[in-house]
Amino acid sequence: MVAGIRTVDLRKVYSSAPPAAATGGFSSGPSKAKGQQPKPQIVALDGISLNILPGEIFCLLGPNGAGKSTTVGVLTTRVRPTSGQAFIGDHDVWKTQVAVKRLIGVVAQRPNLDFSLTAREILTFHGAYFGLSSQERAKRAESLLERFKLTDRADQMVRGFSGGMMQRLSIARAMMHDPQVLFLDEPSAGLDPQTRLLLWEIVREYNQSGKTILLTTHNMEEADALCKRLAIIDHGRVIALGTPQELKASVPGGYLLRLRFGVHSPDLLHRLQGLSGVREVRATDGSSADLYADRGGPLVAEVANLAATAGVELCDVHISEPSLENLFLHHTGRSLRE
Amino acid sequence: MNWKAFFAMLARDAHVARRNFVALLFQTFLQPLMFVFIFGRVMVGSGYMPPSYKSLLLPGIMAICMVGTGIWAVAMPLIAEFQFTREIEDRLLAPMEISWLAIEKVVAGTLQALAAGFMVIPAAWLLLRPGVDLNVPHPLLFAIVAVLVAVFSATGGLALGCSMQQTHIGLMFSLIVAPMIFFGCTYYPWSALEKFPIMQKAVLVNPLVYASEGLRATMIPQFPHLPLIAVLLGLVFFNALLLTIGLRNFHDKSVS
Repeated sequence: MVAGIRTVDLRKVYSSAPPAAATGGFSSGPSKAKGQQPKPQIVALDGISLNILPGEIFCLLGPNGAGKSTTVGVLTTRVRPTSGQAFIGDHDVWKTQVAVKRLIGVVAQRPNLDFSLTAREILTFHGAYFGLSSQERAKRAESLLERFKLTDRADQMVRGFSGGMMQRLSIARAMMHDPQVLFLDEPSAGLDPQTRLLLWEIVREYNQSGKTILLTTHNMEEADALCKRLAIIDHGRVIALGTPQELKASVPGGYLLRLRFGVHSPDLLHRLQGLSGVREVRATDGSSADLYADRGGPLVAEVANLAATAGVELCDVHISEPSLENLFLHHTGRSLRE
Repeated sequence: MNWKAFFAMLARDAHVARRNFVALLFQTFLQPLMFVFIFGRVMVGSGYMPPSYKSLLLPGIMAICMVGTGIWAVAMPLIAEFQFTREIEDRLLAPMEISWLAIEKVVAGTLQALAAGFMVIPAAWLLLRPGVDLNVPHPLLFAIVAVLVAVFSATGGLALGCSMQQTHIGLMFSLIVAPMIFFGCTYYPWSALEKFPIMQKAVLVNPLVYASEGLRATMIPQFPHLPLIAVLLGLVFFNALLLTIGLRNFHDKSVS
């Protein structure tokens, strides 16, 4: 059975500090009820509705604290939503938790390997929790250790493993019971480029065997390279959803020129808007402006001329080619890296 | 109920305990056995303590070993695994109701506490002999009390492990475990508190009193001890209370 993922208007409001790696959201101010001491309310998810198809690689892209890990937490039975519903296949996550846990494999954002065990034991005990026979466990563990290039350290305790090795082992463990849906929460954080490529290859391969994959990242390159579709999340809301190509095409013009002047004026912005190929101009503060256009470099000379004519100093120009970063900036006014 | 997952987790805990066996041995027995040697052997031998103290001490030492082992075996991993290493997450995602993971921890802790209890008897007996007057007229009753004491240690570990922050481990021992041992009628029988009537009543809120007195009642019934029915009721009550608190807190820690 191939299972998809569906959420309906998921909301999660924390009334105390959210757990690590399930942070997200923003304070909505204190609520005063029945004369009690007001508790700060942290809205982590604010109505997330997603429909991830069976066999799809879907990506949640957003800055730290956007609500990505909380969404994964709700879908993996670790965070109880304040309202809304979540489904893995036909199973309601919060009504049939055990059935859901059989279908999913989870790689958490922070390493959570069993430090009392060796790498091989981590895999075989995980297989045992899922009812695999001892022969099957040994066979799968061996093949995963080999696939993730961990064979030479297989019988060592994981306490001394590097971050990259721990991450590889976490992913191997999540695949050990061959789950229909794989959740990868920031899987490539802290990985070197070579290991990241290995991870991408393994994720694609796993997906080709018909499995659904939900991964979260704030790395646009990763989202672009891996995902069939993605949702951009900010402040617990989906602000854009589609294929990477569709989303990039939805940015006016595609190119972004971030301009910094000595000081700019409404008149200068108006004139910039009139340049050929410019789709949108936004002042970001008293001296900076974002200019969305269908070309990048060739516009710089025209912008500089216009600034010189207006008697304004052009201090800095940064050109971005069409990217998901531009899209995020266009929707939120903030960079993903901020 | 998924018994395969349950027993796989029990096997994991047994595997880890086997791996740490020598460290566990020292951690569990060294301090109580030194106490047995000094108080039971040196002080009795030098005449500062009456000879009967040897017999009175042994059940109390057994209670300390069992309770220490159970609390340590359950609480310490839970505190670390929930907060710092997050190791428990893999087992929380196993296809089993999460409360059963807490029950599995209690079962593992109970078995370790029983093992510690039954290993300390011959060790302490060897250190104290001659003059230890052990007398177990009803082995079944003794076994029931021993199991209830072991369950108390493990449920206590569950409740503490799910209530304490990692930074408060030191406080847990100095504010909870140490007073519980000193006011738990471990080194003296409850009847010895007759001259301190307020304290004698106050210590009845300490579950370890029922554990020590229960072991005395079944191992050395010739000495004064709390009535067995009070011991059984006390242990059952505290076990149920600690299990309820532990399960609730475990659930709160597992799901945010």
